[in-house]
Amino acid sequence: MTRRHVMEFERPLFALEDKLDELRRLDTAENPELTAEIEALALELVRLRAATYEHLDPWARVQIARHPDRPKTEHYVGALFDDVVEVHGDRTFGDDEAIFAGFGTLAGGRRVAVLGHRKGVDTKSNIRRNFGSPHPEGYRKAMRVMRLADKFGLPLVTFLDTAGAYPGIEAEERGQALAIAESLSLLSGLRVPVICVGIGEGGSGGALAIGFGDRLIMLENAYYSVISPEMCSNILYKDPAQASTAAACLKLTAGELVELGIADEVIPEPTGGAHRDSVPVITAVGVAVERALADLDGIAPEGLVQTRYERLRAIGEYDS
Amino acid sequence: MSVTDWFSQRERRRYTRTGGGQGRPGPSEVADGIWVQCPGCKRALLERELAEKVRVCSGCGHHFAMTPTERIASLVDDGTFTEIDASLTPRDPLGFVAVKSYAESLSAAREKSGANEAVLTGRAAIAGAGVVLGVMDFRFIGASMGSVVGERVTRAFELATEERLPAVMVTASGGARMQEGMLSLMQMAKTSAAVRRHSDAGLPYLSILTNPTYGGVTASFAVLADVIFAEPGAMIGFAGPRLVEQTIRQKLPKGFQTSESMLKHGMIDRIVARTELRDTVALMLSYLTPRAGGGAGV
Repeated sequence: MTRRHVMEFERPLFALEDKLDELRRLDTAENPELTAEIEALALELVRLRAATYEHLDPWARVQIARHPDRPKTEHYVGALFDDVVEVHGDRTFGDDEAIFAGFGTLAGGRRVAVLGHRKGVDTKSNIRRNFGSPHPEGYRKAMRVMRLADKFGLPLVTFLDTAGAYPGIEAEERGQALAIAESLSLLSGLRVPVICVGIGEGGSGGALAIGFGDRLIMLENAYYSVISPEMCSNILYKDPAQASTAAACLKLTAGELVELGIADEVIPEPTGGAHRDSVPVITAVGVAVERALADLDGIAPEGLVQTRYERLRAIGEYDS
Repeated sequence: MSVTDWFSQRERRRYTRTGGGQGRPGPSEVADGIWVQCPGCKRALLERELAEKVRVCSGCGHHFAMTPTERIASLVDDGTFTEIDASLTPRDPLGFVAVKSYAESLSAAREKSGANEAVLTGRAAIAGAGVVLGVMDFRFIGASMGSVVGERVTRAFELATEERLPAVMVTASGGARMQEGMLSLMQMAKTSAAVRRHSDAGLPYLSILTNPTYGGVTASFAVLADVIFAEPGAMIGFAGPRLVEQTIRQKLPKGFQTSESMLKHGMIDRIVARTELRDTVALMLSYLTPRAGGGAGV
């Protein structure tokens, strides 16, 4: 099996797998003592595999969230929606391919508006999509679809997967901060249900701009954080290498976000991560989205806005 | 103890002797006779004179940082500021412990600033007109926005909405308060939602961006104002200049992310010198009076 991408915490495991593969290719008839060694290593491999994946620390989960083979927005859109119509452009500057925007129909027949950060699936598409880091025009395209969703009463489903909004000169000059702020304002007032799904990286304000609503569903190994573990480590230790410690401090995993009252639901992933077997994960996301939308059925538009405001109002811990 | 008493007592802790009215300390013995070098023109300025001239260099017009007390004194009618929500104080919801624990950072910030959080909010009057005012304090963990900053700003907008008052926010911030993790990030959404309700009620909001305003504060309530002013030479942006430089691996253009560059790119309405700020804010707000019948309209 060719492995495109080995994560740091998997290295010892994969080294052992390679060694075992090598031994198995040797002729055991000529070297009978190998049989015992192979058996011992195979046993060790089972033990190590369990140890590697049983208790993933937050930093390991961040690595899984960033795995290049992890299912992306386009995989979810392709699998969960029929009759997809993608739309383009912010009508002001350009079309940002780092954001997917469009409409689709869920298996149960619900017609919805869809937004998502869009990482590429290979180098070529990653360059076109700026590795999933939007510019202001990406958020402005997203806002167009939010307004259309509100105008035509279509629930909004968003997929979160970005390292963050792009920190470049042009992005700043074209109003990255304004685009995010306006998106937050717009989301807070949408008179339709808003369901957000954290499928990979939830990088700060760039994720938040399409990343809060009436429900937040998180994949087990997706993260959502105020700052990247590397940048946090840089600030705390003047060294990006302490990212693992920073990741643990930030409480950015799906499970921790449920405890903090920010996420509502965690969708389990197969051992090792969603990239190992994406079909059941994508299916489970579809089921969770349909259920969340069914939960919100029958709530009047003003009720949705009020409930969403109260949900936001409840976030924050302080003494009074 | 009333909030005003508490407020002036807190100020007394920072100055050895207070003169002047409530919340507006006069020059102290400690500050008296201290010389400060202007980073703009390198001139040596007398601290006492700087304080009298709203902390603007008489030589080159460089705007020095102001404490919230100085800001309030320079911006609102004498003695009209009354703080709200002063009793809201931070917790350590994540149990954040790295090199320094969040609890230690908080106590160092309290020590350094004499404040209990990074924003002061309250009622005030500017040229006789009532407003709800917020002033951020960069000395308090870089005026980062955690739960308390988010809550105080949100409550300020809610109060302004309820009492049909204009809101004025004087911002400065390094961004979100990372020690509060996602609770901090979500304050961006919370404050933006509160600003929207205020706006939907047809009420005016004016923000004044001061040096430096970055990250989660810029990308939420700071830029959602009806009219945005900035002080001259203030650094304003979403991503910090070092991060941008590291990302693009190029030198940044001269003047990048200054108020002057923000004005040129159409991101703010006016650059207003601090000496003109009170009058300009009053004049601007006089145009932005809610129309009869209310509502945001178009």
